[in-house]
Amino acid sequence: MTEVFQEISPADFFYRNRDIAGFTNPARAMYTTVRELVENSLDACEMQRIPPNLYIRISEVKETSKSTSIYEVRVEDNGLGIPAEHIPSAFAQILYGSKYNLRQTRGTFGLGGKMALLYGQITTHTGTLVVSSTGKTEACEFQLMIDIQSNKPIILSKRDLKTRKWHGTIIQFQTEGDYLRAMPKILEYLKQTAIVAPYADITFIDPRGRLYRFLRATESMPPPPRTTKPHPHGVDAETLKRMIATTETRNMKEFMKKHFQRVGDATAKKFLEYADIDLKKDPKRLNPGEIVVLANAMKNYEGFLPPDPSCLSPIGVKLLETGIRKELNPEFVAVTQRQPSAYSGFPFIVEAGIAYGGEIPRLNKIQLYRYANKIPLLFDEASDVSWKVVNTLIDWRRYKIPTDGPIAVFIHICSTKIPYKTVGKEFIADRPEVEREILNALREVARELSAYLTRKQSLERQKKRLDVFLKYLPKIATYSTKLAEKEKEPEIEALLSKVGKYE
Amino acid sequence: MSKGGKKGKGEVEDRGAGEEAGTMKNRKIQVLKDLTKLGETIYHQLREGEFPWIEMPSRSISNIRYDDKLRQYVLGGRNVKRSARNIRHIRPFTQLVWAAYFVKELTRQNRTSTLRDVFYSAQAFDVNFIDQPESDSILTDLETVIGRAREEFNVFPEERSAIFGDLTIEYTVPGYEGKTLNLTSHPDGVMIGPALTSAEFKECRADKVIAIEKGALFTRFVEERVHERFKAILVQTAGQAPRATRALIRRLNRELKLPVIILTDGDPWGMHIAMVIVSGSANAAHLRELNTPDAKWAGVWATDIVEYKLPTDPLNDLDVKRLYELKKDPRYGSKLWRREIETFLKIRKKAEQEAFSRYGLTFIVDEYLPRKLEEVEEM
Repeated sequence: MTEVFQEISPADFFYRNRDIAGFTNPARAMYTTVRELVENSLDACEMQRIPPNLYIRISEVKETSKSTSIYEVRVEDNGLGIPAEHIPSAFAQILYGSKYNLRQTRGTFGLGGKMALLYGQITTHTGTLVVSSTGKTEACEFQLMIDIQSNKPIILSKRDLKTRKWHGTIIQFQTEGDYLRAMPKILEYLKQTAIVAPYADITFIDPRGRLYRFLRATESMPPPPRTTKPHPHGVDAETLKRMIATTETRNMKEFMKKHFQRVGDATAKKFLEYADIDLKKDPKRLNPGEIVVLANAMKNYEGFLPPDPSCLSPIGVKLLETGIRKELNPEFVAVTQRQPSAYSGFPFIVEAGIAYGGEIPRLNKIQLYRYANKIPLLFDEASDVSWKVVNTLIDWRRYKIPTDGPIAVFIHICSTKIPYKTVGKEFIADRPEVEREILNALREVARELSAYLTRKQSLERQKKRLDVFLKYLPKIATYSTKLAEKEKEPEIEALLSKVGKYE
Repeated sequence: MSKGGKKGKGEVEDRGAGEEAGTMKNRKIQVLKDLTKLGETIYHQLREGEFPWIEMPSRSISNIRYDDKLRQYVLGGRNVKRSARNIRHIRPFTQLVWAAYFVKELTRQNRTSTLRDVFYSAQAFDVNFIDQPESDSILTDLETVIGRAREEFNVFPEERSAIFGDLTIEYTVPGYEGKTLNLTSHPDGVMIGPALTSAEFKECRADKVIAIEKGALFTRFVEERVHERFKAILVQTAGQAPRATRALIRRLNRELKLPVIILTDGDPWGMHIAMVIVSGSANAAHLRELNTPDAKWAGVWATDIVEYKLPTDPLNDLDVKRLYELKKDPRYGSKLWRREIETFLKIRKKAEQEAFSRYGLTFIVDEYLPRKLEEVEEM
């Protein structure tokens, strides 16, 4: 028997490997669907610094088994919208999108949202309604399906809508899932998203008709991330090959300067000498062996400047604090943002927060909120580097912080490439550089909480102390007056005001 | 101790030994004065915007020493300061001021109370004690501050002992003022309670006091008319003599100039009952006028056991241990005590007062007591 070799399309590939993308079971599929669409919508708003208005509605269409149903999912945003000519490809062609350069966004493949639509199409055999406008032209409405085998959009219908000045995107489609089992995770996801995006207004109507509102607490938004050239440490031979294929530069020195961040004349010269490659060599004349040598040299050369963090978009201490206060209403919050750092040529920034008391529940452990590029990570907590730092590396006793108290810890890592441990993208690997930054960030906020608790304790002690004097001094006055057979009791107010001053 | 030259302020006056308060009436007036003075001290401190404070002798073991002259335990020179400024002191300080007020009212109104009673009474004044030991300790503080036993400010123990003899007393308690009673009126003896303790001595035909440890012997003595035959006032201590009883024995000795002899069991414990009547206890080192230094222990001695060949029990380990403790006790320094301790340790035997019954029920009164009285006189 001869084996049949067959090329499969990306759409087909992802269909066959849908576990990787988070569609393992009906409950997980429901959660992933919501998450991917919400992230796309938030990205679309944040790119233009538009305070997001998100409307999410899931309604049951019909039951398909004891636990699963077909649901209609509708997500609306007020983001920058998509020009009409790109809509079919943007929503119905896998691996098509604007996310393939180095800029921090929530998704990285540009396929999460499309996977959700693909999964919906596969399970319900219906298409997707897309309405979008950039605000410059009239909105356009499409009915689309994906041709899975050829990875091409099928346009079922298209019409222009008479709208003005509206910009944003509306997606509506049907999908099969298990909402009831996904519900706790979906609600937790929305709440945690509201914490890191306090400038977003999120409305969610669930299949039971319940309304969940996450109100905007501020109009201020972080500056949008900029696109950057890659850092030499973060490039492999394959990427190099592609860059060489498209470059217009004529010699290696220019190639290095033009295509890599933070590489100038001096750095390019020194590096090429280190790599033993002629400065004047035409990059297109490098043979595959030389390309591998070049790639290895880039990884190992220590003379490059650290990567440029301007492509990162951290939340910022103010917004993080606003978000924590708005969703959790704690008694005390401390937040910090570390200086940019890098691992393997990828810049990253760690932000951390700690919240205490108020409405934070008292569990028998510290509650951990993990975020990567502003996405809440809800699964596999114990495998995450943050969990390791919180539960094994920090000595909370040193800060006199009770780990069974009402305490929540927030760790946000933003990077052009989050060091996820697995393709499931739910937990972050314990890279030493990342681990160290998380540890230091957490120590900073722990110190602040420690100082607060100490201050609070001392105030409580002082109050208790005053209470004792308030209770007994008047009695001493009363009984000493009676004992001395005097008429008028002595004044004790002056004494009470002195009480705080003595230990 | 007292700082900033404020001399004497807050300190409690230490009355010289020997200065016996006079009759019961005078004593009461003096107690009321002392309590009022405590109130005035605190009142003036408050008036001057100062956290009130008092000083009193420390009752810690290291500050208790034996006074050869007084022949009792006394407190040393170390004082403790209790200040309402100190968060740990303010509660007991308040309790002390209240207790002083409470007992002053008791004394003024001629009412009596017990330690238990004080504990409960506090609740009516919104001055709470966690438990009775706490209120007991505050009363001991008050004794130390005022320098008087609580019986003098009308707080009495529950323990009771009895007295019998030809002594006429006059009551001072409300409802009985001026009434008199001869203490031979009742053959079981008259209970030594608040009314008797506060009574004045009117007329006495006895010329000695015999304190007896046990009720059985006390009753035998009454039956055998010891009070007439030996002109004695009999006091039953019922074991370790209560403080009110010790104070009464002292009054009989001091006010009526009656010699006091003590009869106990012939063992280290009986010996110590006698000693506490003579020299007081370490627990009451802050108090005076509870002991009777001239009282004499007349038996049962260890040497009596040998001489009279009394039926005995062997000393147990606890008895022996106690004897070695007493050997080190400064109160047991004199020749008689030393001789008896050594004899006990030598014969390793003890005997009860009742042991004399082997020679007949009246032997103890007919033979033993007269000989003992003679021996004591020679001492």
